[in-house]
Amino acid sequence: MSNQHRSASKSTTRFGHAAVTELGWWRAHRFLLLRRLSQLSVLSLFAIGPFLGLWLFKGNLSSSLLLDTIPLSDPLATLQVLMSGHWPDLSLLLGAVIVVGIYALLGGRVFCSWVCPVNIITDLASWTRRRLSLPRTSEIPQNLRYYMLAFVLILPILTGFTVWEWLNPVPIVYRALLFGAGSGLWILAVIFLLDTFVVERAWCSHLCPTGALFSLIGKVSPVKIAAVRADACDNCMDCFTVCPERQVLKPVLKKGSTQPFILNSDCTLCGRCIDVCAPRVFQYKNRFNSKYSNRIPLKVENKL
Amino acid sequence: MSKANSKLGSVNGVNRRQFLATTAKASCVMGMAGLGLTTVATQSSQLDPFAIRPPGALAEDDFLSACVRCGLCVEACPYDTLKLARWFDGAATGTPYFTARSIPCEMCDDIPCVKACPSGSLEHKLDNIDDAKMGIAVLIDEKNCLNYRGLRCDVCYRVCPLIDKAITLELQRNEKSGHHAMFLPTINPDVCTGCGKCEHACVTEQAVIKVLPSHIALGKSAAHDTYQHTEETTLEMLNRGLSL
Repeated sequence: MSNQHRSASKSTTRFGHAAVTELGWWRAHRFLLLRRLSQLSVLSLFAIGPFLGLWLFKGNLSSSLLLDTIPLSDPLATLQVLMSGHWPDLSLLLGAVIVVGIYALLGGRVFCSWVCPVNIITDLASWTRRRLSLPRTSEIPQNLRYYMLAFVLILPILTGFTVWEWLNPVPIVYRALLFGAGSGLWILAVIFLLDTFVVERAWCSHLCPTGALFSLIGKVSPVKIAAVRADACDNCMDCFTVCPERQVLKPVLKKGSTQPFILNSDCTLCGRCIDVCAPRVFQYKNRFNSKYSNRIPLKVENKL
Repeated sequence: MSKANSKLGSVNGVNRRQFLATTAKASCVMGMAGLGLTTVATQSSQLDPFAIRPPGALAEDDFLSACVRCGLCVEACPYDTLKLARWFDGAATGTPYFTARSIPCEMCDDIPCVKACPSGSLEHKLDNIDDAKMGIAVLIDEKNCLNYRGLRCDVCYRVCPLIDKAITLELQRNEKSGHHAMFLPTINPDVCTGCGKCEHACVTEQAVIKVLPSHIALGKSAAHDTYQHTEETTLEMLNRGLSL
């Protein structure tokens, strides 16, 4: 118990050192770097079209065409179009179905942590927050994003046009870089300031309706993060420090839990908990793999 | 947590009173935010008269409900005519438009921008670019038009892809000199596609001929006005008037 107290009160700026010592620098930053690589790769695949004439992806995250054949479209934008009373062409609907299918398979909020460009900004804000040792706050409810989602889908019914797309920060980065429409970037500055100085992880973990929709899609996904070695957990709290949705960690790490999978679909599957954990508690797992459904009791439980 | 759960009528530590209070608060905030957002969005979505939509675009209200702002039409345009609107750019942010004075529509026969549109905000049933109605050219400033001054500029007429159909030169006696003719560029709004080549090519420092969105360029007769404007009816009316 005293050990737990000491670790918990440890300065949050120095988290993750145990993992670097234990696993080496690469293993302790692996998924962070892979995610950045993934986010920038997706952006590059779109950018090589207009800049180099290599047309792999056309369009942007709102709707695109892969290799001139496969349509892909943002399910939220598509839903808004439907809500505004316009029946779109088949390619938009098909694109949305394909995207929903992909993320239902890979994990809904994989979009947030592996594709969405806003994540780079909010992660930077979170890093700044830790560096400046700003106090943890959570003044707005986590499920506000679902109200936001409902709100964004009700507005087109009332107004007849896709109001949210006028403000939505997710496609703004792509529009800025691919189409030179950079004047919307101020909204990203607002998000950075909000996340850094007002509410911790305000945008991605409390407000973003795109994330909320992908979270709902991810409920059926087989890919989950699992605390496969929860018995090895030394309660250092590093994963809680780094996790953008730390409420999802509690059920799998709490004493007496027999459920290793992080089933809460708010989990963005970013894998930072895997990175920063020196005792290697977490892994990506298929939740339908029966091998992990009955795990060994925690060390603390054995002692009881 | 367990203590809260044991409280009467509570789920996950939230009782009915808290739930109702939170819901009421959230609805109020959402309502206010929605009102504000809608007001600003509506205002900024007022289309600038010089922002012309791509061919086949639905009427502005329907266009704003259909367009997902993906930029596929922009990337399909071989002449870099189309742009995605930036904030306060004259069109709703992220939607496609073009400015005829900078780069007009080249009226491609295969209409790649319309084909690329995934949402149907550019209507796929437009198969002949000559039927497009992007806007309507209006000779807005006769005073500075060289042809109205009696010169033979004719540039707008010459560049028109539908020469002699969308723009004709109407001969009129030049009263100033008394013995010359004026060739007045005259637009037929039923044929003009709004491609903007005339505005682009106009030689004056500020174009005297401009493409305007149809809702600005065109008037509308009253619903009870049954007068059909054809040559026959006009003659009939005139003749009847003469016989009286």
